[in-house]
Amino acid sequence: MADAVNPRATAAPAAPGRLRRSLTAHWYAWAMIAPVVGVITAIIGWPLVRGVYLSLTDADEANVERQIGVNKIPATYDFVGLDNYTAILKDEVFWDRLGWTVLWTVACVSVTFLLGLGLANMLNRSFRGRTVYRMALILPWAIPAFVSVFAWRMLYNERNGLLNSLLDGGGVEGVSWLSDPTMAKVSVIAVNVWLGVPFMLIAMLGALQSIPAEQYEAAEMDGANAWQRFWNITLPGVRSVSMTVVLLSTIWTFNMFPVIFLLTRGGPAGSTDILVTEAFRLAFVSSPRDFANSAAWGVLILLLLALFAVAYRRALRKQGEVW
Amino acid sequence: MATDTTPVSGPAEQAPRPAPASVPGAGLRATARPPGKKVRRRGERSRAASIGLHAALLTAAVIAVFPPFWLLVTSFKPKTDTFTRSLVSGFTLDNYDHVLNDTEFLTWFGNSVLIVVTTTIIGVLISSTTGYALSRFRFPGMRPLMWVLLITQMFPVAVLIVPLYNLMSRYGLLNQPVSLIVTYLTIAVPFCAWMMKGFFDTIPVSIDESGRVDGLNPFGTFWRLIMPLARPGIAVTGFYTFVTAWAEVAYATAFMTGEENLTLAGGLQTFVNQHTQDWHLMTAAAVLIAVPATLVFGYAQRHLQSGLTAGATKA
Repeated sequence: MADAVNPRATAAPAAPGRLRRSLTAHWYAWAMIAPVVGVITAIIGWPLVRGVYLSLTDADEANVERQIGVNKIPATYDFVGLDNYTAILKDEVFWDRLGWTVLWTVACVSVTFLLGLGLANMLNRSFRGRTVYRMALILPWAIPAFVSVFAWRMLYNERNGLLNSLLDGGGVEGVSWLSDPTMAKVSVIAVNVWLGVPFMLIAMLGALQSIPAEQYEAAEMDGANAWQRFWNITLPGVRSVSMTVVLLSTIWTFNMFPVIFLLTRGGPAGSTDILVTEAFRLAFVSSPRDFANSAAWGVLILLLLALFAVAYRRALRKQGEVW
Repeated sequence: MATDTTPVSGPAEQAPRPAPASVPGAGLRATARPPGKKVRRRGERSRAASIGLHAALLTAAVIAVFPPFWLLVTSFKPKTDTFTRSLVSGFTLDNYDHVLNDTEFLTWFGNSVLIVVTTTIIGVLISSTTGYALSRFRFPGMRPLMWVLLITQMFPVAVLIVPLYNLMSRYGLLNQPVSLIVTYLTIAVPFCAWMMKGFFDTIPVSIDESGRVDGLNPFGTFWRLIMPLARPGIAVTGFYTFVTAWAEVAYATAFMTGEENLTLAGGLQTFVNQHTQDWHLMTAAAVLIAVPATLVFGYAQRHLQSGLTAGATKA
């Protein structure tokens, strides 16, 4: 329990006594983490290594190892080095998708966060009907996302959907919600914001309620107006929770597969494809299935996320946040 | 928290604090206001602000509720009226009848339940010991493990799906529930371990110490003292895993292809795609999927708020 943090695996052959000592001191901790370490190595680590390897080959549907009935067909793909990566990075498609993915992530996260914070502030007071509003507002979270996405697809339906039929009723020409490249982008962002606000709302509500009421009282006594109280008490008070939920939400949005896949399938003509759906399309939708390129896209996505996490952590550190 | 806030609260520390005023919503502030201004109780709003508040919340609530509500309404309309604008037109239960009796819906439901429940149980069980070890002990390898848990949580679907697919196909596991269970564990385990650490952090260490004094070894302390206390945390973590796996689309779409092997996420897609446009059946199936999920959620949501903040701030 003491803070005896030995550097890991300290020169095991050189100091056997030390290893034994740390074994007796820490064996129960190690035994407790063993199952998870095993699982992570077996079903995350090993596939990850294989994925990186596949991305360096020319594996596709026709040459991977597979089982048809009782016959095993051995793999016949070859190692091609970094060819896949150079091809992807030279291709305009990747940069297109990357640009849209960044735009999509920034738009979704910022709008969701602002709406969540705003609504949480409204809900964080006592008034009649508060519980009802709260229940209504978190409903989108309670319903599985793939179900809601279909509900939205029905509303967006170009010929008969409710939105266009209402527009028609108002004498406005219908909008191609999902088949016009620009509108489709707006539409998918709207759905994702709709799905994401409840999480933000609940998280921010929790954060708001952890701010002691005395601080507001003291500020009020000193004559701070509502805006000053918000700026100087509320915002600093919700900062640490905000940092966490923004990070989480950024990662989730960046990887948000179901909304785009089920709403537009990346269409029209790939204009709403984010990196993740593009990688999925390469391996499972397009024909022939291109496993190697999909794996390469996957590795690139992982690298981007890792870069982002490092940058984020550095930014947090600069502001004196510790972790 | 008090230290990093506001230039405003600084001088307030010296200000005399009338004790009764700290009861929220009580205590008149008339003395503090310049004369001539309307006297308002703490937390009270002007009529206009009140109307604005309700208007904004009402708009948001309507937007939040409308799409699922419309799904529900539509599911009771006959096929020909699916896209009518009226709330009720030709009320019928045919859609439900057809979905339950003439499609594989119940099979999909069974598949989903089997896969998700197994994943949740295994995930929570094996990750709770890790969460405990991370919360209580300082041991070599702890920081790397925490980083691995954090980083694997942000693994995109895209990086594991191809190698996992190839492994499953090599061992003939595609279209078997076990392939999805294994796959969902890759999502559940890092997440559960991380969450459970947050919950164990909230349980005082003195309880462990008293167990140790009474002669329990670390495993005994964990199993007999801490696990029972962590039951709310286990519930939230399990619920979370359940919901995540229940709504997972990418792996389920890629790994399960035969009609009778689909999960709900895959099954719902069969109603509306390039070949079929059975919106009326889709709505009924969607309602049948959403209702149980919503009930479970409604039951668990009271714990969510505390669970989220505990997990978030302790990170």
